[in-house]
Amino acid sequence: MSARNVAALASLALLLIVAGCTGFYEIPIETPIQPKMDVSGFQRVLVAGFLSGGTEDVDANLETVRLLRSQLRSKSSLRVIEADPLPLAEIAADQQKTNGAAEQITLEPVAQVGAPNGSGNSSSTGSGTPPATQTPEAPKPEPPQQADTPQPQPQAPATHNPEATKPDTQKPAATDHKPVDPKAAAEPKIRNEKDFQKYDKIFADTAYWKKLGEEYQNPLIVTGTVLFTPHQAAGFVTTNREVYDSFGRRSVIPVRTYMERKGFILQPKFVFIDGRTGAILYSENFREEILYNAQQNTPALSSYFELMDRLVPSFLSTLSAQKVRGSRVLLK
Amino acid sequence: MQRRVFVLVSALLLTASVAQADDRSKAKEQVEFGIKVAQNGLWNEALYRWKRAVEIDPTYAAGWNNLAIAFEHEGRFEEAKQAYEKAIQLDSKNLLIRQNYDLFKEINERTKRRGAR
Repeated sequence: MSARNVAALASLALLLIVAGCTGFYEIPIETPIQPKMDVSGFQRVLVAGFLSGGTEDVDANLETVRLLRSQLRSKSSLRVIEADPLPLAEIAADQQKTNGAAEQITLEPVAQVGAPNGSGNSSSTGSGTPPATQTPEAPKPEPPQQADTPQPQPQAPATHNPEATKPDTQKPAATDHKPVDPKAAAEPKIRNEKDFQKYDKIFADTAYWKKLGEEYQNPLIVTGTVLFTPHQAAGFVTTNREVYDSFGRRSVIPVRTYMERKGFILQPKFVFIDGRTGAILYSENFREEILYNAQQNTPALSSYFELMDRLVPSFLSTLSAQKVRGSRVLLK
Repeated sequence: MQRRVFVLVSALLLTASVAQADDRSKAKEQVEFGIKVAQNGLWNEALYRWKRAVEIDPTYAAGWNNLAIAFEHEGRFEEAKQAYEKAIQLDSKNLLIRQNYDLFKEINERTKRRGAR
């Protein structure tokens, strides 16, 4: 045995002795991370609906509402209210129209001739009032008997039927207006983030959200925007390639190749609103993207879920405490 | 006279070191018991034991390290930070304490970022 081996053995023995004397124990720990928001004042949560845009292959409003509700049902202590998702884009567009018309009314009093009889009072012109209160003919929403049971057709304060919410003053008085397809008018096209700017004032409309909150017994309201857009990119990508040498031995080598890729970008903004006051409590923006080989044909819905899967933990951590698993070393 | 002073000082030092050794021994008992209970998931009890250990012997780096871990487990990040820093101050060359502290810092910073948003 050489002197070198003896030294190595001695140092190993010393290390073991030191370790034995010191004594350390690895222990798993779960570090609690407090939620970003205090939701202790709420017992219920209403995922109301989203302003959605981008590709038409996925109904981002409907899918986001469904996904978030199912996640909240299983991973939060709040009771999830079941109601049809609000078509927020239509509601916002209607509100804009109504407010626009109201402004016109103020400027041109003559136009009030066509105003509905009875309760066509001035409060209907106030900005920030939900459309339902602006339209005397609009059916009054009936409060749900039990908000967390499925509702056949929840009548949110904003009745999203464009015909119902449209005050008579908006109807063309003369025939010089071209007839507009109401359905086309009611479905605003949102293609990019800029398009959201036209409608996102709805989130600051406290009266609207307060009214909605009253309908559902003052829940925490979750709303926001979801933009799900197709995306293409080209560039160098590192991939692993299998190679066999002359003896048939397999090995994997990284190869950089130029590739055309396509995929999707998901940009949601979650807005949390206090259903008791209608005020925004918290909002957060996210952005995730995914790219595939140009040849790969991945359905938009699959990509949507893949991207949402990445975001859901962050979404949930807003409302409920999360635990980070790890390990630490205890010392003697 | 000089001899007497020397004997007296030596006796005092010896007494002090014996007392310190005694403290360390008592603190070590607390730490070991804390480890046992923590391994059984009784973190509150472990926290109490490690607190006792550092009260008995405030120079016991391992005690501070374990206490920091218990605070971290309870989500008491500020106290955990202070305990880790104390442990590092007492035993700056201990890589295991540093490793624990680095892992803690990562989580703590993430939490702070969230709070700042």
